[in-house]
Amino acid sequence: MLYINCPHCGMRSQNEFSYGGDASVKRPELNKEVSDQEWDNFVYNRKSLRGKHLELWQHISGCRQWIKVERDTATHEIFRTFKADEEVA
Amino acid sequence: MTQAFRIENGGLINRDKKLSFKFNGKTYFGYEGDTLASALLANGVHLVGRSFKYHRPRGFFGAGVDEPYAVVQLFRNGETEPNIKATEQELFEGLEAKSVNCWPSVNFDIGAINNFLKIFLPAGFYYKTFMWPKSFWYRIYEPFIRKAAGLGVASTKHDKERYEHKYEYCDLLIAGSGPSGLAGAYAAAKNGAKVILAEDKPRFGGSLLTSDVNIGNKSGKDWAEGIIAELKTMPNVVVKNRSQIFGYYDHNMLVMSEKVSDHLPSTKKYQPNKRLWYIRAKEVLISSGSIERPIVFGNNDTPGVMLSSAAKEYLKVYGVLVGRKPLVFTNNDSGYETAIEFKKHGVDPVVLDSRKNPDSEIIDEAKNLGINIKNSHVVVAAQGYKKVKSAEIASISKDKKQLGKIENIQCDCICVSGFWTPTIHLASQSGNKTKFKEEIDAFVPGQSKQNEITLGAANGVFSLEETLKTSFTAGGELSKKITENDNEIAIPNVVEKKFSQHDKFWCVPLPKGKNYKRFLDFQNDVAVSDIEIALREGYRSIEHVKRYTTLGMATDQGKTSNLNGLQLVSEIENKVVPAVGHTTFRPPYTPVSIGAIVGREVGKHSKPTRKSPMHSWHEKNNAVFVDAGVWLRPRYYKRGNENLFEGSKREAKNVRTNVGVCDVTTLGKIDIKGPDAAELLNRVYTNAWLKLPVGKARYGVMLREDGIVMDDGTTTRISENHYHMTTTTAQAANVLSHLEYYLQLVWPELNVNVVSTTEQWAGAAIAGPKSRDLLQKLFPNYDLSNEGLPFMGYMEGDLFGVKARIFRISFSGELAYEVNVESDYGNFMWEKIMEVGEEFNIQPYGTEALSTLRIEMGHVAGSELDGRTIPYDNALEGLVSKNKDFIGKRSLLRSAFTAEDRQRIVGVVPLDKKTSIPEGSHLVKDDKAQLPNPKLGHISASCWSVEHDNPFSLAILKDGKNMIGEKLFAMSPLKNKVIPVEIVSSHYVDPKGERVRS
Ligand SMILES: [Zn+2]
Repeated sequence: MLYINCPHCGMRSQNEFSYGGDASVKRPELNKEVSDQEWDNFVYNRKSLRGKHLELWQHISGCRQWIKVERDTATHEIFRTFKADEEVA
Repeated sequence: MTQAFRIENGGLINRDKKLSFKFNGKTYFGYEGDTLASALLANGVHLVGRSFKYHRPRGFFGAGVDEPYAVVQLFRNGETEPNIKATEQELFEGLEAKSVNCWPSVNFDIGAINNFLKIFLPAGFYYKTFMWPKSFWYRIYEPFIRKAAGLGVASTKHDKERYEHKYEYCDLLIAGSGPSGLAGAYAAAKNGAKVILAEDKPRFGGSLLTSDVNIGNKSGKDWAEGIIAELKTMPNVVVKNRSQIFGYYDHNMLVMSEKVSDHLPSTKKYQPNKRLWYIRAKEVLISSGSIERPIVFGNNDTPGVMLSSAAKEYLKVYGVLVGRKPLVFTNNDSGYETAIEFKKHGVDPVVLDSRKNPDSEIIDEAKNLGINIKNSHVVVAAQGYKKVKSAEIASISKDKKQLGKIENIQCDCICVSGFWTPTIHLASQSGNKTKFKEEIDAFVPGQSKQNEITLGAANGVFSLEETLKTSFTAGGELSKKITENDNEIAIPNVVEKKFSQHDKFWCVPLPKGKNYKRFLDFQNDVAVSDIEIALREGYRSIEHVKRYTTLGMATDQGKTSNLNGLQLVSEIENKVVPAVGHTTFRPPYTPVSIGAIVGREVGKHSKPTRKSPMHSWHEKNNAVFVDAGVWLRPRYYKRGNENLFEGSKREAKNVRTNVGVCDVTTLGKIDIKGPDAAELLNRVYTNAWLKLPVGKARYGVMLREDGIVMDDGTTTRISENHYHMTTTTAQAANVLSHLEYYLQLVWPELNVNVVSTTEQWAGAAIAGPKSRDLLQKLFPNYDLSNEGLPFMGYMEGDLFGVKARIFRISFSGELAYEVNVESDYGNFMWEKIMEVGEEFNIQPYGTEALSTLRIEMGHVAGSELDGRTIPYDNALEGLVSKNKDFIGKRSLLRSAFTAEDRQRIVGVVPLDKKTSIPEGSHLVKDDKAQLPNPKLGHISASCWSVEHDNPFSLAILKDGKNMIGEKLFAMSPLKNKVIPVEIVSSHYVDPKGERVRS
């Protein structure tokens, strides 16, 4: 079971969180013309990386904040975590 | 019965406490501190079971967790548990056990005929044989495999035992209480670290209990006892025996199974049977020791052949002789320790050493004791069927290929030592890439992967002095990092015998003209010849060889067989062992009871049961409850002998003619506040929200980004910047997360806060033509006329002194209201409604009547919003705004979603107006068409229309828009029904929606 550093609460076990997928996906702006391909990429197409991956988790049984977690999908190592509005450098 | 093989004195058992037990129906005696295995051996019982494939007789091979043979069916306190290792099960008064995998009895087993036909059961037998013809599977192969498969029998009864889970955090977790575990724990504890020390056996000390060493002028055993006693007094230390750390998971999380009650005749009150510990450790010290490995020879599975270390343990710990004429067969010095122990108890062993001229301190000691030692000698085959009677032995050439003249030697047990295999399971599970250590012919942990370190025999270090030194140091260093204390520990003086080099020898060749079975895996009957076949047939990967031959796949997971299997493959393939590689070590290290894994999450405890504040009223009024997600809701209120159908029909009818009240507390409620609340709703729902006035409610549908309907419900504007959203019961949590996602990640610029208020409000839906009259009496000082509180209106009111929210919304299609009060007043509200409603013939109604009412009105619910439908499919396209963007809008342009013949909701009535249509039935054009019959749609919900007094269903049907008036068939192969039906409008009652506005 992963041990995730919630930037708001500290180290918590995985069972307090729910997974939210790729954090690098950007929703197209509202009211903007979007091509079929762009929309498909946003809704369906994911890279399913092996290795370092920036992903979303929600601290659902804690502070309920969505956070970003930089994790290795092969080894499960977690490198860094960020608040929802933090820029990832 | 006498304990004929128990020595006079010695051992760590409590001879003052004699215990009786039964094995295969026969009564025996043992002592407190025995295992079932040691007690049986004390009584001279060596035959305990039959092997898996050939049903060959099985005895005891080990003395602990590595035991491949002695698995029994245990009976304890009216319960039974299969596949218990007799070598691990502690004896208690009244214990009962039976052999497994034998019929009719362990002494005469019909399955043993396989043994004589074994030519038919080589590696891959099942794969090759049970192939064709297909029709044989059901009648012949499957019953045969089912009968032959498995060892013990699981109980079919409900398990009365309790199991607990516990979460724990510590600085240093130590797996194993042998010398390295004790030293590491002691040093860390002295530095003030929070330490958990786990030992799977009942006694602490590991190898120190049986080895002839001296630490700080004490025997190994006494030193261990001293350390444990001191650790137990320290508040920062938890020491646990009977506790097996069986899994090493991500981020230094380890799981341990503690046997709390297995050693007792019955579980004590308020105690669990087992306790599963989830331990998050900062550092892990693996001191799991090593397991002796056998040398492979002919008939090496005969009862009486066992590990030399096990024979020593039975003698030193339990005071039991495993034989009176022992033969010790070894390739290293360990065998001599066992031989000396026999000799000390007046038994004369013969030692066969595969080495030519071994020379060491311990061999000199054996010689001085006058022990008969034959160098360059091996056991060729054991003789005897149910017990070793003699052995064929021979000298062996230096290259280990040629056997000398075969002699027969009388013996009643053969104690084998093929050197030691470090127990690297936990290290490997942590992700550590293990490496092969040539000097010991075994794998040891490599670079640490997580925060783990492996020490002592588990790391391939067999010198006690070095083990203690490295372990004291490691315990000190690891704890120093955490606690910043640095207490110097004086490392005690160690006296131990130096061992000479072992012989790289693991399998005795077959003599000419003999075809003895030489077993690698004793539980699954995998012999040398099986591995040879697998390789001949082209299996190369060790993982494939394992699965094809089942080597190492039994309940012991190959603890004694894996390395010899690898040696064999490497020899045949002419590769070095590390090139062959080992199979993956996966948790659990030993079998864990399913009960322990499940813990307290059984039956009703598997999830919380949620009840509305009116629950006890429902109970008192004969409600029949139904699970609605985690909620318990009244399904109907039973009157007399009414069944569900009659009761719900009565309730629904009363709503249509008088007035009914339904508990709708379970509906999800979300409070939305902030200056941008309307903007959020406008983006989340498909319809327009910016112009909703204060005091008005609106029905809305929300989509996922892929265009599928996520949920529906009404949201009410309570005040300028305050909205009250309702969701379906099932989607409440998801909708909240959905809103939080957009507010926190996508549109953080919106100034809005959302919070769940589902539990804060109790809700009652009051529906029916007389509902306004009733409501007016509940709130006499308010104008509740059609003008005062119009359809979709909202007002706050005073319900006999209790603040209430009144919504004029309807799910039933009748004139209806929903009243909310703070949860604590829910019951008060309900009782008032019932009391005042009496004159209007009010009746409470449950979920079944609620469904009936919504279905015949054509209102969609969860069975239509099933994660596969878009607004159009639910006839909700009128709510999809063309003038603004919202979540999922772009997806609605997908060609499948705009297809001319897109599926759509319709009503379905059976032509005979009598036969109810099972939910899930398929709609087809031709009921006689060839299978698979093309499906046009499916029945999503069915009811008995109280308005029309005939069955009515909703369906999602292809090209539903143009199908009204068509005749189709509803087919339910599950219920074996074919029903001719007519497609009608989904609005079966009041299609213009006049009642809700009346
Ligand atoms: Zn948090």
